[in-house]
Amino acid sequence: MSDPRRTFARMSGVRVLVGTRKGAFVLTSDERRLEWEVAGPHFPGWETYHVAGSPADPDRLYAAPSTGWFGQVIQRSDDGGRTWTPVGNEFTYEGTPGTHQWYDGTPHPWEFARVWHLEPSRTDPDVVYAGVEDAALFRSTDGGASWSELSGLREHGSGPKWQPGAGGMCLHTIVLDAADDQRMFVAISAAGVFRTDDGGATWQPINKGLLSDGIPSPAAEAGHCVHRLAQHPARPQTLYMQKHWDVMRSDDGGDSWQEVSGDLPTDFGFPIAVHAHDPETVYVVPITSDSHHFPPEGRLRVYRSRAGGNDWEPLTSGLPQRDCYVNVLRDAMAVDSLPECGVYFGTTGGQVYASPDGGDSWTAVVRDLPAVLSVEVQTLP
Amino acid sequence: MSVTIRVVLPAHLRQLAHCDREVSVDAEPTQRGVLDALEQRFPALRGTLRDIGTGRRRPFVRFYACEEDLSHEEPDAPLPAAVAEGREPFLVVGAMAGG
Repeated sequence: MSDPRRTFARMSGVRVLVGTRKGAFVLTSDERRLEWEVAGPHFPGWETYHVAGSPADPDRLYAAPSTGWFGQVIQRSDDGGRTWTPVGNEFTYEGTPGTHQWYDGTPHPWEFARVWHLEPSRTDPDVVYAGVEDAALFRSTDGGASWSELSGLREHGSGPKWQPGAGGMCLHTIVLDAADDQRMFVAISAAGVFRTDDGGATWQPINKGLLSDGIPSPAAEAGHCVHRLAQHPARPQTLYMQKHWDVMRSDDGGDSWQEVSGDLPTDFGFPIAVHAHDPETVYVVPITSDSHHFPPEGRLRVYRSRAGGNDWEPLTSGLPQRDCYVNVLRDAMAVDSLPECGVYFGTTGGQVYASPDGGDSWTAVVRDLPAVLSVEVQTLP
Repeated sequence: MSVTIRVVLPAHLRQLAHCDREVSVDAEPTQRGVLDALEQRFPALRGTLRDIGTGRRRPFVRFYACEEDLSHEEPDAPLPAAVAEGREPFLVVGAMAGG
């Protein structure tokens, strides 16, 4: 008979990192993902847009708390989120940043507002990227102590034409290519998607095939309100996108996009995620419209496609199917990489839902957190 | 000439600096002197009171002492004598804002 303590010691698990309007929470469970420990709030009172863990060192976490009073700070943990230390918070644009377009089309000076997203390097725990508002990409190579702008993005040419979306002009998505360490994708609201193939020195807009009603040229090179990108590491040429309206797919590294909204009840939404073990299984959370930021009919449904889009099935088991009027924000969905892929998302109503079976069934890990801004998952050895 | 200034910090910043509600710093008795000394003693506060680039007070940060709003005083203006003499604290306040 095996020793149960040894079994427990070998058991892997997950750590879910939750950023909320009033701090961060760390949710942990073993590989069964049935019972959870909830730790937090960390940084109580600080609006925490994002918390992310290093793939190279799971104990290294970065968090981006801010307040309207005291601005942006960056916090780092070297013990898996038990303790945190403030690191560098100086985000200075390179050179004279110039202007972008304001909501009314007039020039507006580039001003740092906050960090939206942190993306740690796949290989070096001291390297981390930050996507900020007003849109720009920064990198730290010293564990967050100092930050330098990769200004080739902002200065590549279309920058003066970028306009803010309703939430501000934010760089909210950073995808570090799984196969090519010189390739990155970023998404900016409301500018679109941009790609670098030389480690961030030069960038090009990759928005061909996106169509956005309401902008002067629906097929413009830039000006698209992209909400989120997702890539599967085994098929890096394929990208999925949740746009303001439309779910899109690219199979050529973003050079061209095709709509795969298919039979979704609405193709408006914010997050999009790919199953850890199947590049053709994709998850979205349809939201009624850009003016009604809640699920259609008050029913919270995740939609899954096993065909890389177009054919979608609603996943409802364990999710509220009446009187539910929460939203799921762009950074608030993630998957783990345990043998049976877990899917997680958080809501503006403060619930974090977990599915240990690829979306077939859901349970609320917590129900009453502050509004959830982001959810990330670390799969622990 | 440096003197010991008592400074009261709001909850968000106490949490960030891991300090008590009231701290003391040796500083020139001016706003700039106090803020410089505060940031030197608690580096985590750098950028939270003043913009790092411009050095200007963040819009929703206010400074009070002796029941007066000192937020719009010149950075190098002398602080009230009661603050310089340690009888009254220099208050850093997050402005009431929002709904």
